[in-house]
Amino acid sequence: MRWLLPAAGGVVALAAASLFVGVSDVTMGSLFSPGGSDEAVQILLASRLPRTLALVLAGTAMAVSGLILQMLARNKFVEPSTAGTAESAVFGMLMVTLLAPGTPIIGRMLVASLCALAGTTLFLAILRRMPLRSPLVVPLVGLMLGAVITASTEFVAYRYDLMQSVRAWETGDFSGVLRGRYELLWISGVLTAVAYAAADRFTVAGLGEDFTTNLGLDYRRVVALGLVIVSLVTAAVIATCGMIPFLGLVVPNLVSLMHGDNMRRSLPWVALTGAGLVLACDIAGRLVIHPYEIPIGTTMGVVGSGLFLYLLLRRNAGGTGRAA
Amino acid sequence: MQPDRRLLPPAATIAALGGLTVVCVLLFLTLNARGSWSFVLSFRGTKLAAMALVGVAVATSTVLFQTITNNRILTPSIMGFDVLYRLIQTVLVFQLGSAAVAALDPRLRFGIEVTAMVAFSWLLYRWLFSGSLRGLHLLMLVGIVFGVLFRSLASFLQRIIDPNEFLAVQDRLFASFNRVDAPLLALSAVIILAVCAVVWRQARMLDVLALGREAAINLGVDHRRAVMLVLVLVSLLVSVSTALVGPVTFFGLLVANLAHLLADSHRHRVVLPVAALLAVLTLVGGQLVLERLLGYAGALSIVIEFLGGIFFLVILVRRAGR
Amino acid sequence: MIEVRNTTKSYRGSIVVDDVSISLPAGGVISLIGPNGAGKSTLLSIISRLLPASAGTVTVDGMDVATTPGDVLARRLSILRQDNQMTARLTVRDLVAFGRYPYGKGRLTAEDEIHIRRVIGYLELDAHAGRFLDELSGGQRQRAFIAMVLCQDTDYVLLDEPLNNLDVKHAVAMMKLFRRTADEFGKTVILVLHDINFASCYSDRIVAMRDGRIVYEGPPETIITPEVIHDVYGVRADIHEIDGKRMALYFR
Repeated sequence: MRWLLPAAGGVVALAAASLFVGVSDVTMGSLFSPGGSDEAVQILLASRLPRTLALVLAGTAMAVSGLILQMLARNKFVEPSTAGTAESAVFGMLMVTLLAPGTPIIGRMLVASLCALAGTTLFLAILRRMPLRSPLVVPLVGLMLGAVITASTEFVAYRYDLMQSVRAWETGDFSGVLRGRYELLWISGVLTAVAYAAADRFTVAGLGEDFTTNLGLDYRRVVALGLVIVSLVTAAVIATCGMIPFLGLVVPNLVSLMHGDNMRRSLPWVALTGAGLVLACDIAGRLVIHPYEIPIGTTMGVVGSGLFLYLLLRRNAGGTGRAA
Repeated sequence: MQPDRRLLPPAATIAALGGLTVVCVLLFLTLNARGSWSFVLSFRGTKLAAMALVGVAVATSTVLFQTITNNRILTPSIMGFDVLYRLIQTVLVFQLGSAAVAALDPRLRFGIEVTAMVAFSWLLYRWLFSGSLRGLHLLMLVGIVFGVLFRSLASFLQRIIDPNEFLAVQDRLFASFNRVDAPLLALSAVIILAVCAVVWRQARMLDVLALGREAAINLGVDHRRAVMLVLVLVSLLVSVSTALVGPVTFFGLLVANLAHLLADSHRHRVVLPVAALLAVLTLVGGQLVLERLLGYAGALSIVIEFLGGIFFLVILVRRAGR
Repeated sequence: MIEVRNTTKSYRGSIVVDDVSISLPAGGVISLIGPNGAGKSTLLSIISRLLPASAGTVTVDGMDVATTPGDVLARRLSILRQDNQMTARLTVRDLVAFGRYPYGKGRLTAEDEIHIRRVIGYLELDAHAGRFLDELSGGQRQRAFIAMVLCQDTDYVLLDEPLNNLDVKHAVAMMKLFRRTADEFGKTVILVLHDINFASCYSDRIVAMRDGRIVYEGPPETIITPEVIHDVYGVRADIHEIDGKRMALYFR
């Protein structure tokens, strides 16, 4: 617990750095100098601040969603992009765009989250029907379900020439975030707070249906709450900036290595690490080929899959192979 | 002694599939043809040749891969083989510069890429299959995540190489079912024929390999060397098919499993031709239906991925208990 | 003659076979017995080159198993392990025919066909020869696998718990077949057995292992004694002689 404050300080420092990294010069000097201040302040308020907030909100929410989903599926290798959630949300976005192009963004997001809810429920239903599931087969099923949904999405998108939009939802990118175009993410901020309030219930649900019922909780209600949170968060993130792969997977696993699985205790860490990792990846993406940018979906794909491999092989080397 | 109880004698299965394939090929070449015949035939002929080569390569590589891994749900693409080839293509552009690569003779470029592919995949998969990974599911998951890593690394490099410049060469470098890399056809055909000749000669040894490591060693097969040889052959085939049309994840899975079902034989000399014919039939027939009858040109790979993904899901769920 | 010299096998620090040396002369039925985890199967795998030894050498008729080409050894020695799962869908006859692979590399001669038919007959599998392995009962499948190794027609036949999955009738028939293989055809049959009474009745020699070492070795009369069985397995056993064979009763 005592490291939580320094860690929070680190995230604040990254957020501050994020405010001052970009194509046009925004420095402390330019902000307060009498001549150039107007323009610098404009950029800060219209672009940098929204982007940084969006990063923190999305990073926190996706990491926490991953954690919730892992509790609900009782498997350490699950997150929105390995459970069919993200792919279903993209499918939903495509459907609204196609059938009701005039829908405001909040409406699109709601439809996308309904689809995400359906997809994730389907995933959990498949898992329940599987006899004797090994921990590793669960993410495999999720990845394949995702591949099938993606194929349907792309078939439709291909037919109606919407491949470009689909690619945008599939690859996270914060470079287009401006004031007025990220506010949806505050919803996920609120949901993260709800998740924190309900943390104990999720921890209990993670121990199984019988255990939950024994403690007098309604298991189905806890699962429903968790699924709604995960679906809304995923849909909001995809609608504003696109999918950030593996974030919800690696962050809770890294935190769990250090702090165990009591959600009340680990959740602040998951939130902070998620925000920090997203900020770091985005800043790196802005710096590597300055003045161009690498979208976060790509940087996170490299970093996230690298970390995931590390987690997989490390567990294996340990030889204990603890069932998740 | 009771006679074997096969559905159809292998020769009849192969003949029936062959006949169907010929019909599809003829229809594909001639249906709805407008304009000059020589143009239509050469245009469609190129596409047909590419589909035939890719079909044979994907079918053969998948069957071989499943033989050495003794598993019917692994395929080279699920293990990230074809994305690795993409990554190698990108690294080449990254190292030499896109202009230099675009100026290279495509066949020379192809040669460099294939050599690198064989070397890298050999090293990586020798490690993966050396037994250091316990359990099939872990192996698959590691393979899939390697695939994601390779894909992300490739797009990362693509962004780093000057994004504008890269877009310009991307079309020329990366083929898909809609945009076949024609100059490579002849060279690909040579490679595939050579690989198939080796496979045919070693077919009986492959039959033994399919019995599993211990049985194969007992019967005097140098298991380690045999597996390494097959891995090299597989990476050659994957290089060819990816260079021609790009990655196709589930196609091989679909074809190899159907082939085992239809052939109902353990002999590679039966299974391999059945798989290859099925693959060509699926590609040409699918293209025929989608493009000529339904008007969805170019959607073939998406449809195959869809069906293959569902198929994979079904076997995964049904076999998960075992 | 199989010679095992100072052979050790260890996995990450835990020693499974511990500096074992033994000579097994050609001919007869030899049984390996011992409690679970004694290293019997591992030793059998090392002798048959399925597993490389961490240290030491194994020679079969003077040929080092680690360096002799696999196909040469395959005509001299055959091995069947437990748990034979395979993805290939084979008929019994297909499987048995694989036993001839070391000779013709897959091409079957008239002589091979005779071998195949004879072995299928020995194992009473004639009625099932055309059926697929996955349609058979566990016992029938086990017999099919044994038929394959016998069809290999090697001087040495190594079998890891060949009586698994067999009912009493087939277990007895199997042991009789091994006896006959040794007596009539001059083969050397080396078995890992769990049932010490089968070992006692049918073996010429018994090798007892415990904790990775060979602790006793000799004809059944010297091994099937209360002292040895107590030392090897840690159970008290009464020994009764029935028709000249020593039987251990250890159920009380």
